Amino acid sequence: MSLILDKINYYYGKGTAFESKALKNISLSIPDGEFIGLIGHTGSGKSTLIQHMNGLIKADSGNIYYNGQDICDKDFKMTELRRKVGLVFQYPEHQLFESTVIKDVLFGPKNIGLSQLEAEVAAYGALRSVGFSDDLIDASPFELSGGQKRRVAIAGVLAMSPEILILDEPTAGLDPAGRTEILSLLKTIKDEKGITVILVSHSMEDVAEFAERIIVIDDGEIKFDDEPRKVFSHAEELRKMGLEIPQCTELMSRLADAGFNVDRTCLTVDEAVASILRSAGRGE
Amino acid sequence: MLRDITIGQYYPTESVIHRLDPRTKFLGTIIFVVSLFLFKSFWGFLLTGGFLVCLTVLAHIPFKYVLKGMRPMLFLLLFMMIFTLLMTPGEVLGEWWIFTVTKEGIYAALFMGLRLTMLVLGSSLMTYTTTPNKLTAGMESVFGFLKIFKVPVHELAMMISIALRFIPILLEETNKIIKAQQARGADFESGGPVKRAKAMVPILIPLFVSSFRRAGELAEAMEARCYHGGEGRTKMKPLKYAKRDLVAYLCLIGLIVGCIFIP
Repeated sequence: MSLILDKINYYYGKGTAFESKALKNISLSIPDGEFIGLIGHTGSGKSTLIQHMNGLIKADSGNIYYNGQDICDKDFKMTELRRKVGLVFQYPEHQLFESTVIKDVLFGPKNIGLSQLEAEVAAYGALRSVGFSDDLIDASPFELSGGQKRRVAIAGVLAMSPEILILDEPTAGLDPAGRTEILSLLKTIKDEKGITVILVSHSMEDVAEFAERIIVIDDGEIKFDDEPRKVFSHAEELRKMGLEIPQCTELMSRLADAGFNVDRTCLTVDEAVASILRSAGRGE
Repeated sequence: MLRDITIGQYYPTESVIHRLDPRTKFLGTIIFVVSLFLFKSFWGFLLTGGFLVCLTVLAHIPFKYVLKGMRPMLFLLLFMMIFTLLMTPGEVLGEWWIFTVTKEGIYAALFMGLRLTMLVLGSSLMTYTTTPNKLTAGMESVFGFLKIFKVPVHELAMMISIALRFIPILLEETNKIIKAQQARGADFESGGPVKRAKAMVPILIPLFVSSFRRAGELAEAMEARCYHGGEGRTKMKPLKYAKRDLVAYLCLIGLIVGCIFIP
């Protein structure tokens, strides 16, 4: 399973007075089982890009290959792509509509043609994967808290057993505890199912801990595509794009600038603490 | 699909028509529509059509853009024209099965088609050149005299401007909802009418829920700023007539007189 984007170009409002280029020559390869962070500030084109990946938006030029097949071919089954590349949008309110949580999660699996029994197995499995408590399964999705709604929305896509799971700002509007929960949940899902997770965000903080690869997009172009430590070493350029490196990395790099013997590439608090203790001679 | 609806959308550019007082444009549209029904010969269309073309040129709006606004009306227009064509009695020109085409029918259908087209084009010209806010301010002022009869003019104007304000937001939201459901494998394009109608449910429910939520939030935000209706409320930009409005009214009087006296 692989997804390859080759020189994608896309325009907003093509043919009107308001035409503008949203994506410029985007080329990407997305392999199996990776945790990818896609970063860009508001309006950088990141949402547009992920909608190309499951065929919701058609590129104006360039090709997308799914397992070597061009998705623009006439005999290519778009439903298959939508099933294998699961996309969870930013607001769960945009997709929840059923009277109970379980019915809502069943919507996806039923759409792709599973039988009632298969769909229920998939739905219950997905709800368990996102850590949704069993006693709320028959509650109305509209009565849930923000974090729970988001879990249901993720389960709704996960129930279709995708091979790539893309999430658009899954932590927006959540409190710190909810944010940490969702992020570590995604890590667990990725490890257990061996799927690729693409986390879209405008915050480096969100992706620093778990992402193995960070793609930075700015003004419709890919600026960086590398492992987190290497991307964060370009702090100045990132700041110019309106992005901040994680506070931990920022702190460590300022300490290093001030002459302390610490590792300036730390990504998490734990790493930073270890590095500072080491330099203070307090060992492990 | 949803983005293509241009009827009633402001076209941002700079022109004499854009600068006209909204009351002038509103009353002018009424005068234009009335004058469309005052003449009985095709010469009238030459006059009103010429007037419309001049306005469009003055307003710096591309003709392509104006005509695109007609597209949603096309079906209704054709439907009504065909009915008029077949239902008007008179001198028979041709017959087929239960349908008869008459000379009077052709005239009536052409007349009605042209009138409706002009009516839509004329009134959409008003909305192309006037921001919704100015338009409602104009309407509030024009209908202000109804306050004597206890008609809540300000409240109605406020409701209209809020409704207009939310159209683009709801359109965008609908697009997002459609995409979110498509990502879950929803299919809106295949199947019979019943299946298609059922496929709308996953779009409509989130849309309704979010509309109610937005309405509630807006009401709270307005109350938080002590909104209590129109009484004693003054305007930041009061409407003022300028010389160009006088010229516009003179042109409009010319048009309506012309339409009355045309052979």
